[in-house]
Amino acid sequence: MTKLLILIVVVLAIVAVAQLARVYELTTRLSGKREEEISPADNRMNATLMWIFLPVYFAFFAWLVWAYGDKLLPVAASAHGADTDALLNFNWVILLAAFIPTNILLFVFAGKYRYSPDRRAHWNPHNNRLELVWTVVPAAVLAVIIIYGLTTWSEITSAPEGEVVEVELYAKQFDWTARYPGADGRLGASDFRLINGSNPLGVVTPEAVAQRVDELNAEIAEVDSIVEHAILPDSKVAELKDRAEVLRRHLARVINLRTVMEQDIKENGPASIYLAGADDIVTKDFYLPVHREAMLRIRSRDVIHSAYIPHMRAQMNAVPGMTTSIKMTPTITTDSMRTHVVKDPEFNFVLLCNKICGASHYNMQMDLIVTDDAGFDAWYKEAMKKPFQAPAEDAAEEPVATAMAMTEGD
Amino acid sequence: MGATAHTAHAHEAHHHHEESFVSKYVFSHDHKMISKQFLVTAIIMAWVAVIMSILFRLQLAWPGEGFAFSNFFLGDKWAPGGVLDPNMYLALVTIHGTIMVFFVLTGGLSGTFANLLIPLQVGARDMASGFINMLSYWFFFLSSVVMLASLFVEGGPASSGWTVYPPLSALPQAIPGSGTGMTLWLVSMVLFIASSLMGGLNYVATVLNLRTKGMKMTRLPLTVWALFITAVIGILSFPVLLSAALLLLLDRSLGTSFYLSEIHVAGEALDNMGGSPILFQHLFWFLGHPEVYIVLLPALGITSEIIATNARKPIFGYRAMIGSILAIGFLSFIVWGHHMFVTGMNPFLGSVFVFTTLLIAIPSAVKVFNYITTLWRGNIIFTPAMLFSIGLVATFIAGGLTGIILADSALDINVHDTYFVVAHFHIVMGMSAIFGMFAGIYHWFPKMYGRMMNTKLGYAHFWITFICAFGVFFPMHFIGLAGAPRRYYSYSEFPMFDGVVDLNVLVTVFAIIGALAQVIFTYNFFYSVFRGQKAVQNPWKSNTLEWTTPVEHIHGNWPGSLPVVQRWPYDYSKPGKAEDWVSQITPLDHGEEEH
Repeated sequence: MTKLLILIVVVLAIVAVAQLARVYELTTRLSGKREEEISPADNRMNATLMWIFLPVYFAFFAWLVWAYGDKLLPVAASAHGADTDALLNFNWVILLAAFIPTNILLFVFAGKYRYSPDRRAHWNPHNNRLELVWTVVPAAVLAVIIIYGLTTWSEITSAPEGEVVEVELYAKQFDWTARYPGADGRLGASDFRLINGSNPLGVVTPEAVAQRVDELNAEIAEVDSIVEHAILPDSKVAELKDRAEVLRRHLARVINLRTVMEQDIKENGPASIYLAGADDIVTKDFYLPVHREAMLRIRSRDVIHSAYIPHMRAQMNAVPGMTTSIKMTPTITTDSMRTHVVKDPEFNFVLLCNKICGASHYNMQMDLIVTDDAGFDAWYKEAMKKPFQAPAEDAAEEPVATAMAMTEGD
Repeated sequence: MGATAHTAHAHEAHHHHEESFVSKYVFSHDHKMISKQFLVTAIIMAWVAVIMSILFRLQLAWPGEGFAFSNFFLGDKWAPGGVLDPNMYLALVTIHGTIMVFFVLTGGLSGTFANLLIPLQVGARDMASGFINMLSYWFFFLSSVVMLASLFVEGGPASSGWTVYPPLSALPQAIPGSGTGMTLWLVSMVLFIASSLMGGLNYVATVLNLRTKGMKMTRLPLTVWALFITAVIGILSFPVLLSAALLLLLDRSLGTSFYLSEIHVAGEALDNMGGSPILFQHLFWFLGHPEVYIVLLPALGITSEIIATNARKPIFGYRAMIGSILAIGFLSFIVWGHHMFVTGMNPFLGSVFVFTTLLIAIPSAVKVFNYITTLWRGNIIFTPAMLFSIGLVATFIAGGLTGIILADSALDINVHDTYFVVAHFHIVMGMSAIFGMFAGIYHWFPKMYGRMMNTKLGYAHFWITFICAFGVFFPMHFIGLAGAPRRYYSYSEFPMFDGVVDLNVLVTVFAIIGALAQVIFTYNFFYSVFRGQKAVQNPWKSNTLEWTTPVEHIHGNWPGSLPVVQRWPYDYSKPGKAEDWVSQITPLDHGEEEH
């Protein structure tokens, strides 16, 4: 019913426009007026509209600034964020200094020099001096912008000095997991082939490798036994054989990894990166201490995600197959944001995904808690007591399962 | 060589009168007909993309609410109860972007105006190869059909954004749109690229070889210069996208690992090792950034021509305008990395891209100042085409300036992939280019169809569209500065955006009004094609060669011999002349300086 109504309204609207145009068409045809002859009244109307548009345009801009200026991101809560905000403000000044006069000239000229048969346009095909001026001036201004911008950029991207808090942020559809190095201060090696329910990040430890080998062996045995004992159509048998093939390939690769690991442990002893993972803290809590430089190591297991913390002015893509990193120093704790800055007891810094990654992309988030040193150390000590806590996987896996179901014929 | 080609064509022209319907309207070799075919296809594709934008704008303004409109178009599968499905939301933004960028603003804009204007404005009988030109359109048509067909497959069309970054675009396990929909998307792009290359080669060959006597490169109208450089950019950059698309097809269907490595998805570790998703981004943006100028330059060229004609003044700084087109064309190839500042790219490389990107602001600024100076002390006639050209300058200023922020890597960190970017590129590339396209349609409609479009409807179309363009895209800057990411189905999961989400309602209302204004245009266009006032030969009193051809289209464009060009195209209001225009074929007076 509503469909029909909408359709009728649309059709009627089109008919109305058509009829109006037809009436206009006929009247102009009667008066012998030609479309290309723009009447003085039309020229005047458009020139006036140009003049009216200019203040309305600026007023709209001013209204947006007035009404929403204080609803944008609050003051930067990181050291480099303060720098980029200053850089941004500097850029705004330059941009407005270009935006306002050029628009004024454009619309004022457009309105002012409307056609008159008594007048001729001024003949000035070029003016080299003028053109040189507006090539050189933008170039000079841009040089300043480039130098200021690149100075800030190189500070942000320089290697950290001194000790840093190292955190791995691990992305998958559609959630984040954090990993801290634990007592030894080193993040252990990881490998995507080890990922399972109890090891969502695939942290490599001799136990994890052994467990995965057992798991794969068990799965292969199960598939083999089905193929052997059950009575199945040929196509199903072929499918299961393929599956066993895939599992065997994985097993071979995990065994390969085991060899590499064992060799490394033999060579490096306790310093081996494969032994550093045992005490890693894998957690759904993301804590950082204030005023200490943090190094975020960012990884993904499936598609590209992006770790974006707007209040910190920090962002870095999470790319499967590689580790990216970004450093930042939080300068405001969650508590003082709540009480002093945004004045909202519910406020939390948030890490969100900012690269299209699938159906629940719009809700892939994790809170970030910034505390003082004491609070951070207390949390860290507590978190270390329960290493390898397996986060609830089910809720997170669900959208993927639905996606699968859809491709297979919903 | 050029001369023999001309005689051959002239000869042909005499024997082409009794053409069948198919060879005249369907598989036509005539550049004017092909231009019309491109335009009408683009208008249809544009409507598909506009309706898509309304569908996702409704969801953004009123998340989770049901709309009969959505259900009408998407059915119970993708909009149960009128509530848009999150996967379909992503599919819609993907296809909206793809259609607008490639089918409307590349195929539609270049295809229409390069085909129409290059032969007419350089004084050629037709394109260098009419047959390849015809193929170019039909590949474009096939490509459009495949793209539209992808909307109807199980799992929906491609949904990984118009940039189709793998692994998302490579893994059907990750998103349903990466199944058949994505395969069709890639097939469609391969066809599109083939079309674009055939067109581009033809445009370049025609400009270089088939200029009529006297048409020196320094006497070419700026439209031709812009379309020529656009074609060169396209020829050099589209093949790279082709290779990117082919490698992605291989990854998807033959198990190669160009873009995939160490992936664990849907509970399974994949076999792929050693590839890099970042490689795709480099290949994609090596086309993707020049693509921005492929879209923009023709619009700027059209505007240069229309502003000069309707201000009754020579375009200010003709040589500087050519220089800036060349500079933009060159620089467009060495800036692609600014799309990738936060991919983990080496920061030093990032610095280089900051530098090259900001350099583009210089020729762009020159163009803006030259447009404004052309208006200064002009004698401005407000045709609808002129209004859209002035509108283009306004959007080019507003959108170009925010580009300076995005090009600054340190600032890009925080606005990358937010609505600030969406606002920026829609204004500078979406609006500017579409305004240029509208300007071109209004201006050359009499040349294309021999009839006039309705001026009053043109005014209504312009002013509503112009106001809505700012109403839609200006507030988006603010949404972006609040940190809101693009391609989010809803913002209700984040209390931090509560302050700005009501702007989404304002944006959607403007978007709907703006879309309705396009009904006026579409009506005006199709009505005028059949019933518009009959055009005169040179309605705008313009200097360029296309207005010396007869109103009724003929094969070979000029009935007799080809015109001989005597002067540059911008002798408007030249002192000492009786009229305020002098056609390019009028010989210089004794002792007259060219300009």
